[in-house]
Amino acid sequence: MPNPTEKIWDHERQRRNRKLSRAAAALGASLRDKVVPADMAVPLLESVIEPGDRVCLEGNNQKQADFLAQALTRVDPARVNKLHMLQSVLALPEHLDLYELGIAEQVDFSFSGPQAARLARMVGKNQIRIGAIHTYLELFSRYFVDLTPHVALVAAQSADAQGNLYTGPNTEDTPAIVEATAFKNGIVIAQVNELVDKVPRVDIPGDWVDFVIPSPQPHYIEPLFTRDPAQISEIQVLMAMMAIKGIYAEYGVQRLNHGIGFDTAAIELLLPTYAASLGLKGRICSHWALNPHPTMIPAIEAGFVKSIHSFGSELGMENYIAARPDVFFTGPDGTMRSNRAFSQAAGHYACDLFIGSTLQIDLAGNSSTATLDRISGFGGAPNMGADAAGRRHASPAWLRAGEQRRTQQPGIPRGRKLVVQMVETFREHMQPAFVAELDAWKLAEFANMPIPPVMIYGDDVTHILTEEGIANLLLCANAEEREQAIRGVAGYTEMGLGRDLRMVENLRDRGVIRRAEDLGIDKRDATRDLLAARSIKDLVRASGGLYQPPVRFRNW
Amino acid sequence: MTIENLKYRFDNGTPIQGATAIVGVLGSGNLEVMVEPAALGGACEIEVSTAARGFGTIWQAVMKDFFTRHRAGDIRISVNDAGATPAIVSLRLDQAIETFKGQRKT
Repeated sequence: MPNPTEKIWDHERQRRNRKLSRAAAALGASLRDKVVPADMAVPLLESVIEPGDRVCLEGNNQKQADFLAQALTRVDPARVNKLHMLQSVLALPEHLDLYELGIAEQVDFSFSGPQAARLARMVGKNQIRIGAIHTYLELFSRYFVDLTPHVALVAAQSADAQGNLYTGPNTEDTPAIVEATAFKNGIVIAQVNELVDKVPRVDIPGDWVDFVIPSPQPHYIEPLFTRDPAQISEIQVLMAMMAIKGIYAEYGVQRLNHGIGFDTAAIELLLPTYAASLGLKGRICSHWALNPHPTMIPAIEAGFVKSIHSFGSELGMENYIAARPDVFFTGPDGTMRSNRAFSQAAGHYACDLFIGSTLQIDLAGNSSTATLDRISGFGGAPNMGADAAGRRHASPAWLRAGEQRRTQQPGIPRGRKLVVQMVETFREHMQPAFVAELDAWKLAEFANMPIPPVMIYGDDVTHILTEEGIANLLLCANAEEREQAIRGVAGYTEMGLGRDLRMVENLRDRGVIRRAEDLGIDKRDATRDLLAARSIKDLVRASGGLYQPPVRFRNW
Repeated sequence: MTIENLKYRFDNGTPIQGATAIVGVLGSGNLEVMVEPAALGGACEIEVSTAARGFGTIWQAVMKDFFTRHRAGDIRISVNDAGATPAIVSLRLDQAIETFKGQRKT
């Protein structure tokens, strides 16, 4: 029997202390309390990051730790190498430069938006190894199980000398990352836009943070969720009318999440006009897990919305949010507090409906945004667009969807989340949204993935909505009916033209497929006049001047 | 960029009365549709000029469905397309025929 006192139980703490000693030596007198001058960022990183370390570099949907990302590309690859990067989002060129420079070799991530094409090229040349592509919640969860960061590089609005961080409205992923790192003997470094004597509120307690670096430039924020109403088409208005009348009103959907895009922006802008004219105010869309979409302003002002919890903030919406604390989650300082992990959990467990767009849908209803030349990842959609099997509380919408499912698949009474895929049958350049086989299969083969990267699985989808109508997959008896229901709303795509006309008419008679006219919607009413705002300027006006859109969205 | 010209003719429609109508705009992803009266013995002739080549089968299906919906005869339709999706094409055709008949809802 070994003597228990001989076994060492604090290797990680000892390693952390060695790193901190090296940092103290490298920084010398330049370190004051926890504050490191910007020009010492590289020596600091070289002191606290060891070869093979798991490094979480904060890059979120909106907020980017861009100064620290640049600093990391400047470390000596002879000292710092073989890093295993953990990132919500691969957004900046520097995020991929690390692999070409020989600093990092593996990445586990969720979303790669702007770098998707370059990532695919680098995978093709074996320049980067992808551990797995996750959903946000999944990646955060692994930070607490088998992918705990050794070093976290995060971004905040301001800090004091003791390391207390104020993240402002864009708290986003910071709490999840810092908690996982700080409590497992990792090192937390924050870049901040400014040093202050006292932070407006403490978003991250100072004793979870080891170093703060005042960044020469404020961190980058992407206005990812702003959609100009001027670009919403009449077809999108028509689809939004069908969503409101054929799904939201039908099920009485009160708690929901909207995916990003013009399709859902059109729904938001139809709430105070079309939905109100149907008498739906107070009966639908009161509680949301949603980023502060500027296109929500008219609905909020009309009193449609009771509550919105956000994953992150949206550039230009800060003053509007601060002036509407009954709707948004705000701190004692008045500004919003967002939290991606909690909002994702809310979307998963507390919302009755998710609606979003996609690029491709197959005949089983599986959908994917993957194409062979782009590895774009998932973000949060798979969590939003899934029926949470762990949910137990009931709501009218959830129960009704469950009842519909049991008409085809008898079983013990339980509810069902509504998961709606909303697509035009053709995208720009006549790319069909409906395909026999998802590009995800080819991408999986090319990038050596164990399974095709499916965004939302067919068995999670309840409705597919196109300009041709709504297919209710809950009411399909078997795979063949399901296929014909999908073909029946697939328009003039090859999949749509290949429909069995008799079966589709039968499905329509049964209400499995519902066209605009079946819902009492006259297509000629689908004009842009129905939109509560037809331009960014209209949104500013609706907000009473509180919404301050980024320059690129101003054309006046 | 070469333009593709497609021609369709549907017989046995019901002659409709109206005045020449133009709807839509020739902007990217959109199209312009003109409907004119024409003595065609009850037929409907459609000429499409499109910048997107190789979609003849889809145009054929869209036009056939359009004719089935309205069965409008003695008209000539000219379509000037800048890459509109079939959904937009159908919507504009429906708008054009209603405008031609002078009863388009506003």
